[in-house]
Amino acid sequence: MKTEVRISGLGGQGVVSAGQILGRAAVYDGKNAVQTQSYGAEARGSAAKSEVIISDNKIGFPAVRKCDVLVAMSQEALDKYVKDLRKNGVLIVDSTYVKKIPKTKICKKIPATEEAEKIFKAKMYANMLILGALTKIIGISEKAVERAIEDTLAKKVVNTNKKACRRGRDLPQ
Amino acid sequence: MKKLQSENIHFWQGTEACAEAALKAGCRFFAGYPITPASEIAEHLARRLPQFGGIAIQMEDEIASIGAVVGASWAGFKAMTATSGPGFDLMQETIGWAFMTETPCVIVDVQRLGPSTGQATKCGQGDVMQSRWGTHGDYAAIVLAPNSVQEMFELTIKAFNHAEKYRTPVILLADEIIAHMREKITVSSTKGIRIIDRRKPKSCDKAFFGLEEIPSMPAVGEGFNVAVTGSTHDAYGIRFTADTQVHRQLVERLNNKIQNHVADLSDVETYNIDNCEVGIVSYGCTSRATYETVEAAENKKLKVGYARLRTIWPFPEKIVRRLAETAEKIIVPEMNLKQIFYEVERASRGKADVISLNKIGGGELITPEELLKKIMERTKN
Repeated sequence: MKTEVRISGLGGQGVVSAGQILGRAAVYDGKNAVQTQSYGAEARGSAAKSEVIISDNKIGFPAVRKCDVLVAMSQEALDKYVKDLRKNGVLIVDSTYVKKIPKTKICKKIPATEEAEKIFKAKMYANMLILGALTKIIGISEKAVERAIEDTLAKKVVNTNKKACRRGRDLPQ
Repeated sequence: MKKLQSENIHFWQGTEACAEAALKAGCRFFAGYPITPASEIAEHLARRLPQFGGIAIQMEDEIASIGAVVGASWAGFKAMTATSGPGFDLMQETIGWAFMTETPCVIVDVQRLGPSTGQATKCGQGDVMQSRWGTHGDYAAIVLAPNSVQEMFELTIKAFNHAEKYRTPVILLADEIIAHMREKITVSSTKGIRIIDRRKPKSCDKAFFGLEEIPSMPAVGEGFNVAVTGSTHDAYGIRFTADTQVHRQLVERLNNKIQNHVADLSDVETYNIDNCEVGIVSYGCTSRATYETVEAAENKKLKVGYARLRTIWPFPEKIVRRLAETAEKIIVPEMNLKQIFYEVERASRGKADVISLNKIGGGELITPEELLKKIMERTKN
């Protein structure tokens, strides 16, 4: 089985680190994974995306053309990439920023940035709330995700990120 | 998951795999100057090399970086630098010096999109010919091109091994996509990896630049009386700047010590090359589209074979010729404007139609769909 995921938003929202953790977790779960990324010349505020392909087999072409899961953390990202979502694909949006959503798609709305600010007092944990929901949907084990967080992020932020990820995972499906 | 907690399976970036492989190969000296998309190699080695008693140094530019690397090599270190196109330009003069003085070292060129500053953060494959002919004079280059994070690791080790075995600079020609992607990688235990070290001289040896195909190499401070010069020199390192024979002997030996060992240096992944209607010759990031394309073509009952070059230079002519003998047509996808294409055409000797598929700009990969379309067009020509 092969799952293609695109996580998109703006620079600074953590779409690259979310993709990195997702790919690493998939590998810890015994799968193959490739993660690529692209972002503008500016560090913050420009369009950013991270793509992850997860498969039981060897992965050839490393870029995502049609995705099974699209995460949009900004309206601009949704508008740009929604055409690449497969028919039965899952759309996950940060509903703090994404308001106009096409009706036909399977969509999970998470007010990630609002929640992150409310619970963790920082917007930067929004990506972990999304990652929690995302990994549950595509069947990556919690254990693998938490280990991937430990191996990817700086020690001092690991616990809060794990908490945010767990919260995302526990959101009603 | 438990089984996979083994230390040998990682999810690494290409640059990280390259840096870790350098350490494994015995590299203890790195000098470089930051440049997108190669900076992560320097960053990683700046953290890691001191843990192994090695040295990582940021020089004032790329000219100084390669100078430090050849100096370190003559001090007995396995040494490496990493750069991208614009920095690779600046290194060419000293790469020639390293070739002429038979200085083992590894130069990593993570290709980005040129010419000049071009699109600095995007991927390209425009340095293929530069990696072969970048410096002046008659020389032979060993150039390896990885197409996965796994190969960033394996070919970095191979680059060091070739450098040490053949006493010559070796270029690892990576690209932005392979260097920046993260991927599953399996690192075998140290025991499973073959490491080659340069041959050291016996105390009575004096000819460090000839008499044998690949002479032994002393290090500064070991008590050998050795002059190292980029000018034409005899077997003992003595300059002969007008003698025809000395020059012929030296430069022909330097070329032959590589060209006579193409079989050892060739490293090509092949599939169905003796039984196909259409062939593909590819390398680096572009080759990642090949696998899906072959599958899709086979579903359409078309036999496709491929030669995927891990060694680009010396060019593995024999394998490409074999492919040309069976395939009616060979497609050469490249993220440049026909750099390997003419080599494939030359090696094919008119036995197959060689057709280019080129894409430059924005770092966009040639997709399996585009490659398949080119393959299916075959009846139209």
